[in-house]
Amino acid sequence: MQQSNRLRPFFENITFDRVDNEMILNFGPQHPSAHGQLRLMLHMQQEQITKAHPDIGYLHRGMEKMAENMIYNEFMPTTDRMDYIASSSNNYGFALAVEKLIGLDVPRRAKVIRMLLLEVNRLMSHLFWLATTALDIGAMTVFLYAFREREYLMDLVEDYCGARLTHAAIRIGGVPLDLPDNFMADLRKFLDKLPENIKDYEDLLDKNRVWLMRMENVGVISKEMALSWGCSGVMLRASGVEWDIRKEEPYELYDEVEFNVPVSDKGDNYARYKLYMAEMRESAKILYQVADMYEGTSTELMAHAPQYISAPKLDIMTQNYALMQHFVLVTQGMRPPVGEVYIPTESPKGELGYYINSQGGPYPYRLKLRAPSFWHTGILTDLLPGHYIPDVVSIIGTTNIVFGEVDR
Amino acid sequence: MRAYTPKDDVQKKSYYTDRFWVAPQVAKSEVSDDAVFAADLEAIKAKFDVLDAYIQVEQMVVVINANDNYAVLELLKNDREYTQLSEMSAIDWLAQEGKFEIFYQILSMAKRKRIRIKCKIDEKEAIQSVEKLFRSADWSEREMYDMFGVVVNNHPFMKRILMPEDWEGFPLRKTYPLQGDEFAAWYEVDRIFGKEAREIIGPENRDPARIDRYDTKRFSRLGHEVPFGADISQGEPDTPLVYQEQEGVFMIDKFDAEKSVVISDRHR
Repeated sequence: MQQSNRLRPFFENITFDRVDNEMILNFGPQHPSAHGQLRLMLHMQQEQITKAHPDIGYLHRGMEKMAENMIYNEFMPTTDRMDYIASSSNNYGFALAVEKLIGLDVPRRAKVIRMLLLEVNRLMSHLFWLATTALDIGAMTVFLYAFREREYLMDLVEDYCGARLTHAAIRIGGVPLDLPDNFMADLRKFLDKLPENIKDYEDLLDKNRVWLMRMENVGVISKEMALSWGCSGVMLRASGVEWDIRKEEPYELYDEVEFNVPVSDKGDNYARYKLYMAEMRESAKILYQVADMYEGTSTELMAHAPQYISAPKLDIMTQNYALMQHFVLVTQGMRPPVGEVYIPTESPKGELGYYINSQGGPYPYRLKLRAPSFWHTGILTDLLPGHYIPDVVSIIGTTNIVFGEVDR
Repeated sequence: MRAYTPKDDVQKKSYYTDRFWVAPQVAKSEVSDDAVFAADLEAIKAKFDVLDAYIQVEQMVVVINANDNYAVLELLKNDREYTQLSEMSAIDWLAQEGKFEIFYQILSMAKRKRIRIKCKIDEKEAIQSVEKLFRSADWSEREMYDMFGVVVNNHPFMKRILMPEDWEGFPLRKTYPLQGDEFAAWYEVDRIFGKEAREIIGPENRDPARIDRYDTKRFSRLGHEVPFGADISQGEPDTPLVYQEQEGVFMIDKFDAEKSVVISDRHR
């Protein structure tokens, strides 16, 4: 029974095993700034973290298992649910891996459309990152600004494929649709205004005292640590490693466009923030160049490979053999050659890789999804100790993890 | 007699395969075609047994003995500039040869090259952890253990990572069905309500596409409307459909075609 005259708190049902100052704090899995279902068990000494133990798996849907029980085309919409902030990049990674397995070359117009989608998705993802991270830190205005711009991009993608979040906008062997008439004009209109928007964000944040206090010299990742933890994307480039798969192992048309890879050697939250802003500008640069490439390409959208890819709709509706082939490909699925590939692509979050082991059947024998966020969550184990509670929020923010991708 | 279906691989199989179908192979080329890979392979061959080596889709694949995994990766990391372990996991070959295949996908940023190191272990065999070399293996190896039950020696925290800690069975094995096994069907009932509630609640429906013919709480059928929760297992009353055009119930009570307006601009 509680005695009101005693100063020391008295708990009826709790006994303390140890009398040191260590406290174990559960952060999540329902914490709004955990960016999804992340549970962190934090061992605390006063306000300082001594040990961090990220616990994941709250969104585990067994996508690799599902892939083993699906034909290749069937799996495409499932990839949307990994990094649902930029779902076309997941579609693309999978399509590219299967195309490499088969040995397909994609028509140029499809490549241009894919590039457009990839970079629009990168912008969407970075804007979303900026919005949510700023909101976590308390900058509500930036959140509203960035979501306004992201909305425009989502409308753009909706014009293209009809979906806003889970696009499934890319097919193995090409893209399903040509761009709608107004797409380029709308895109250019957006891109023309983007530098002003980015300047607005930076004016609000760059020299903001609160932002600087929460960002500068917080969450410093050394180069060795980033390499050892398998970091990629901005997490790696902010730690002084110049490595962008678009540049180093170019796929699609990335070797034909000019862009810079922003790098920083600071490794802290602020460096990552600056890189995201710089990358948005580079994406806009790429989009301008790719938009110019569209004119004059031939109208083919899907590769011609009757053994693996269905013929265009017009052929299916008019030619008997095309219809038969389509029927077989839909009901039985394509059968890629026996072999294995690991294909990395630079998704907005980092290195998104698909490992496919095919045994010549219509279902992959083993498919491993290499999602960058998985290790960007793992690094919290080593990164958080020594930091204080408020830093946890800003560090999780700048790692840019998405739990659809961590748990798969 | 019922046809025998093997239980060692319960994953989906294609329902028809042409008798004369011969699966083509993804092209493999000699390692000597690529000078960088050839030098790396020489370095490995100087110290370790290499069972097989080839280049497939621009990446070198090296098959080694499972005992050498740590030493080979150490050599590649320290002497050959392969600084990052991008990915590692296992493949289940238990049905074919009773083995797991483990692959390590490593990356050299200096050379812009990727190598896949592969080795095979028996079902009950453990493999050496490479967590000391690459911290990223910490979580990858936990995931591999979680999904396949491959035990990793010298790992600092060998626990399940994605599945609950008290889970039974290893989901990515070929013997594990897609919809989950018996344990999975009772897991939540047992944990939340206790085993004694099993008869009241019943096993979890783990097939999201399942439709119960007689379930009138979750499913409705046009033309056969019945009250919510009615028992229709003994047959159901037929609801005749009469359309408005066939002098059925008119949708709008007081409709006057003269006074109605057709809106042409939806944003007006």
